[in-house]
Amino acid sequence: MVGNLLLRGMIVGVIAGLLAFGFARVFGEPQVDRAIAFEEQAAAAEQAASGQTAVEEPELVSRTTQAGIGLFTGVVVYGAAIGGLFSLVFAYAYGRIGGLGPRATAALLALAGFIAIVIVPDLKYPANPPAVGNGETIGARTELFFVMLVVSIAAAVASISLAQRLWASRGPWNAAIIASLAFVAVIAIAQYALPTVNEVPENFPADLLWRFRITSIGLHAVLWTVIGLGFGALAEHSMAGYRPVVRARTALH
Amino acid sequence: MSNIATAMPDVRPIPVRELLPWAIFGGLLFLIAIYFIGTEEGATALFSGSYIHEFVHDGRHLLGFPCH
Repeated sequence: MVGNLLLRGMIVGVIAGLLAFGFARVFGEPQVDRAIAFEEQAAAAEQAASGQTAVEEPELVSRTTQAGIGLFTGVVVYGAAIGGLFSLVFAYAYGRIGGLGPRATAALLALAGFIAIVIVPDLKYPANPPAVGNGETIGARTELFFVMLVVSIAAAVASISLAQRLWASRGPWNAAIIASLAFVAVIAIAQYALPTVNEVPENFPADLLWRFRITSIGLHAVLWTVIGLGFGALAEHSMAGYRPVVRARTALH
Repeated sequence: MSNIATAMPDVRPIPVRELLPWAIFGGLLFLIAIYFIGTEEGATALFSGSYIHEFVHDGRHLLGFPCH
């Protein structure tokens, strides 16, 4: 059962990754290219100012590879991994949150995942194009990013279990509102307490930064939407086999 | 024999005991995959050099992982 769900999750994840790759290729790559052009211009200006001759850095991987098979690999593997993890969380959540069927469970989980894994960490530590970010602070920035991610996931899990506990006594609406407010409060405190990172170089085009960041969110939106809705549809078949009652019904057709 | 079709779907959770081995094995595998896409040869490195970093460079930026 779980193996079956896992396989379906990874398949949906790969499909979601392919679509997200298409999105990233069309809407993301122009921004990456613009950012790299800015980076090169800034480096050239610095060298001209210091009077040194330009030292060509050997190109380990060509831009064509980075924007093609490299981007493809990155996004599709990420999609498959998220799809697989999603199916495992689904396998646990199914039948444990309300009386929701497979499709509603998957859709709701995807929405929760998108908020907790993408939107919340992104609000504090947004995606940065090339040329933005100091190489020396990569360790600290990565730590902060993952701390934010872990806090966000933990707060989401706690919030869902709070909603479940309040469900019977307060009713579904009030339980959901109270649990959501608790989530927002925890996130607000964490985001206020964690240090802000701003390493945007002077004169970096504001428009480019905005477009890059919004494209990054768009890429994740494609991924999570396809996973949530696609996995729900596939899991419905899968879970049907898990219910003897339904198996008997299909046998009647 | 229970061949009575009910209107309400019978939502039955998967027992944790059945789930656990998959969750451990799968979870580990997927986290390693995400690690290689997201942070290998960036903040931390298991392999020296920067080929992996450069290869997944655009994806890493667009997926929003801290990079450079």
